Amino acid sequence: MLHITKLFPGIVANDDITLQLRRGEIHALLGENGAGKSTLMSVLFGLYQAEKGEIRKDGKPVKIMNPNDANDLGIGMVHQHFKLVQCFTVLENIILGVETTKGGFLQKDEAKKKVMALSDKYGLSVNPDAKIEDITVGMQQRTEILKMLYRDNEILIFDEPTAVLTPQEIEELMAIMKNLAKEGKSILFISHKLNEIMEVADRCSVLRRGKYIGTVDIKDTNEQDLSRMMVGRDVKLVVDKEPAKPGKPILQVQGMTVASKAHSNNAVKNVSFTVREGEIVCIAGIDGNGQTEFVYGLTGLEPLVSGSLTLCGQDITKSSIRSRSKLLSHIPEDRHKHGLVLDYSLEYNMVLQRYYDPKFLSGGVFLNRKAIREYSNRLIQEFDVRSGEGSVTITRSMSGGNQQKAIIAREIDKDHQLLVAVQPTRGLDVGAIEYIHKALIKERDEGKAVLLVSLELEEVMNVSDRILVMYEGELVGELDPKTTTTEELGLYMAGAKREEVRA
Amino acid sequence: MRERKSFIELPFVQSILAALLCILLGLLIGFLVLLAINPAGAGEGIMAIVKNFLTYPSVPAQLKYLGNTLVKASPLLMCALSINFCYKTGLFNIGCAGQYVVGAGACLYAALAFKMPWIVCLLLAVVVGGLWGCAVGLLKAYANVNEVISGIMLNWIGLYLVNMLLSLVKDSASPYTQKVASVNQGAIMPSLGLSNLFSNNKYVTIAVPLAILIAILIWVVLNKTKFGYEVQATGFNKEAARYAGMNEKRNIILTLVIGGALAGAGAAFLYLTGYEEWSVTQSSVPAMGFNGIAATFLGALNPIGTIFSSFFIQHITSGGAYLDKSVYPSQIADLITSIIIYLCGFVLFFKLALNKSISKRKEKKS
Ligand SMILES: Nc1ncnc2c1ncn2[C@@H]1O[C@H](COP(=O)(O)OP(=O)(O)OP(=O)(O)O)[C@@H](O)[C@H]1O
Ligand SMILES: [Mg+2]
Repeated sequence: MLHITKLFPGIVANDDITLQLRRGEIHALLGENGAGKSTLMSVLFGLYQAEKGEIRKDGKPVKIMNPNDANDLGIGMVHQHFKLVQCFTVLENIILGVETTKGGFLQKDEAKKKVMALSDKYGLSVNPDAKIEDITVGMQQRTEILKMLYRDNEILIFDEPTAVLTPQEIEELMAIMKNLAKEGKSILFISHKLNEIMEVADRCSVLRRGKYIGTVDIKDTNEQDLSRMMVGRDVKLVVDKEPAKPGKPILQVQGMTVASKAHSNNAVKNVSFTVREGEIVCIAGIDGNGQTEFVYGLTGLEPLVSGSLTLCGQDITKSSIRSRSKLLSHIPEDRHKHGLVLDYSLEYNMVLQRYYDPKFLSGGVFLNRKAIREYSNRLIQEFDVRSGEGSVTITRSMSGGNQQKAIIAREIDKDHQLLVAVQPTRGLDVGAIEYIHKALIKERDEGKAVLLVSLELEEVMNVSDRILVMYEGELVGELDPKTTTTEELGLYMAGAKREEVRA
Repeated sequence: MRERKSFIELPFVQSILAALLCILLGLLIGFLVLLAINPAGAGEGIMAIVKNFLTYPSVPAQLKYLGNTLVKASPLLMCALSINFCYKTGLFNIGCAGQYVVGAGACLYAALAFKMPWIVCLLLAVVVGGLWGCAVGLLKAYANVNEVISGIMLNWIGLYLVNMLLSLVKDSASPYTQKVASVNQGAIMPSLGLSNLFSNNKYVTIAVPLAILIAILIWVVLNKTKFGYEVQATGFNKEAARYAGMNEKRNIILTLVIGGALAGAGAAFLYLTGYEEWSVTQSSVPAMGFNGIAATFLGALNPIGTIFSSFFIQHITSGGAYLDKSVYPSQIADLITSIIIYLCGFVLFFKLALNKSISKRKEKKS
């Protein structure tokens, strides 16, 4: 890719970027949220047309007008937010667009053989007959990868593939990528996690605010250097914090049980614990052990089967979402499903939890645009939310990380006693993660209670004051991050070790 | 760095262009159909449809028939607003037609059987239409019944109930209801001098400006108010609306009540002018509610846009009446106008195509 320039309203997303990908290499792409990584890859994949610059493959200039052209050139992409048809099966999704037909009928059996062969060869285990809506994100991702391999692509683009995976799945993915590279496939890999880049990549190119900063050999660099290149300053990968001074209880959970949508068993079973003011309690666990349902129950998105919830002395077991939100802020796990109205402007999303506040209304009925604009501008400033056109940007067009920052800004700024943060740093760059971690600690120091749900061991160990481990819907251990090790935490999370946890 | 969008890239300009494109294509296909049936009269035929009231040479006559088009465009506009409003919450109010029907039944019965004044008749139509919408809303909110299915069923239930009810106030010699103007002049909506503007067309009443005012009001509600914010958030992303603590059930019901009330008022805006009577033997739901769908899309889902699109669709429909009956069978008029209306539904598609060709052209330039 030579001298690629791509403009969006109000912003130069890619500014004269030149990138060379060698055969058989894993080339990492690093940059802050909104630096233009996804955009650059979308240009290569034919989703956007660059205003300037040209793309060459094997030395020959090529024109990529749409994803079909990209496909013909052997270029495939796994998107930051997957693009699978929810109500189709894995197999149907894989062959979608390149179906082999005989007399107008689908030849699924042959396709299935090819898919299974690929799946065996690369260790990408999937159930070809399962519907997408019923499978884990990990399997959805393997489906996306198989989709590329099925098309015999030789340039594979992975846009933040690891953001939604569990540590185990990440390990597997890394191994798969190395395998593919060994076979001579070339891989472009976007990630905010420096350790992953250090582990799998051969070279790494860095973007900052749409500009190309440089390319380095992974052998000659380290995590600190990379983050400095990317942010332009030193980043603390571990934040400092004073010991917690827990005060009176804010949240008391008693015997909470929540039903599961996927199976007849309960997803959360008889969970009891307390969160006090001035402490960060973390619920750790491998994805799918009831954390999601627990948060749904706590925030009112799902009803409880049994048990009770007390928030600041009030029984909220049966309260509406709206009345809970007076005391509770919620950074949801799925930003597109719950967190944002993507077709609304950024400013409208900034007031999603408080548009009814008299401050943002005039005469009790009309929205006060001026107040909303001012408020949104302030949050954008404070939390460094980057977008093309500021408050009026349509949220859908923002980069994934900046969408996340907008939600965090909104929830932290809103009045609350308890902050429930589910995977708050998913998809954020190291600079932003540092900022968010500091913000969580500041919340705590101001005497608020923070309940963090995270899959990242490092985040759990660095930020929390107390760790509760959830396994198959039950709390199986309470650990002190200062005295425990990552290995021990891992054992609890895997269900190999357990102890009684009492409220 | 802020690059100014050129005129053609502005969203509302694109909507208007796309709408015009649809209209042109519709007319073209209509013309081709006429050509196929009888080449001799095709040119004149399509012109007659497009001209509508302009067929008349004298200005007073033109004004008079423009008045007629306006009288029928007002209820159409109300139906379009009903569908438009519900669509913003993500609901497809196909039951609009039935809400219109029960509105007609309510206002005619009140006017003819109880000799109520027009304002009471109008309010009754609003209330009954709203109730009909409410039924769809309750089913959707509490039993998760798809609003399209319950809407269609209620359309038929409404039609036959109204036929039964209005048989009681039927003219003895015809299947039509008695003339409101002769039975109860007080039930005719006041004209406040408007009829004078249209060569004493007595059917032109305050219904026309009222419908336009309501369109503006709906626009304000959708875009400027807290309720509109909730309605559109629910339409865009139901889960996020729930997460934000919006009362989804209440909003679904409320939206459909408002939709039903709008359609009910639409019926009153037609039948309380005395322009038409209800035929108690009709066995199909009036097209008004369905044409409202086309008007909504042609108006680019914008209440202000629907003011113009409703007028246009009514203009074409009325124009169909001027097709030369000696050259074409009388159903052809309906066929042609339906084709045009049908194509009006494709506005979104054209908008997309337009956008693509613009960005392609821009690329070529750079
Ligand atoms: N379709 C679009 N329309 C308008 N602006 C866009 C569009 N897509 C991206 N942008 C803007 O371009 C910039 C770069 O976005 P991009 O998605 O490439 O960032 P990124 O590097 O992938 O960030 P992240 O790490 O957060 O995913 C952002 O400021 C974004 O607001
Ligand atoms: Mg991205």
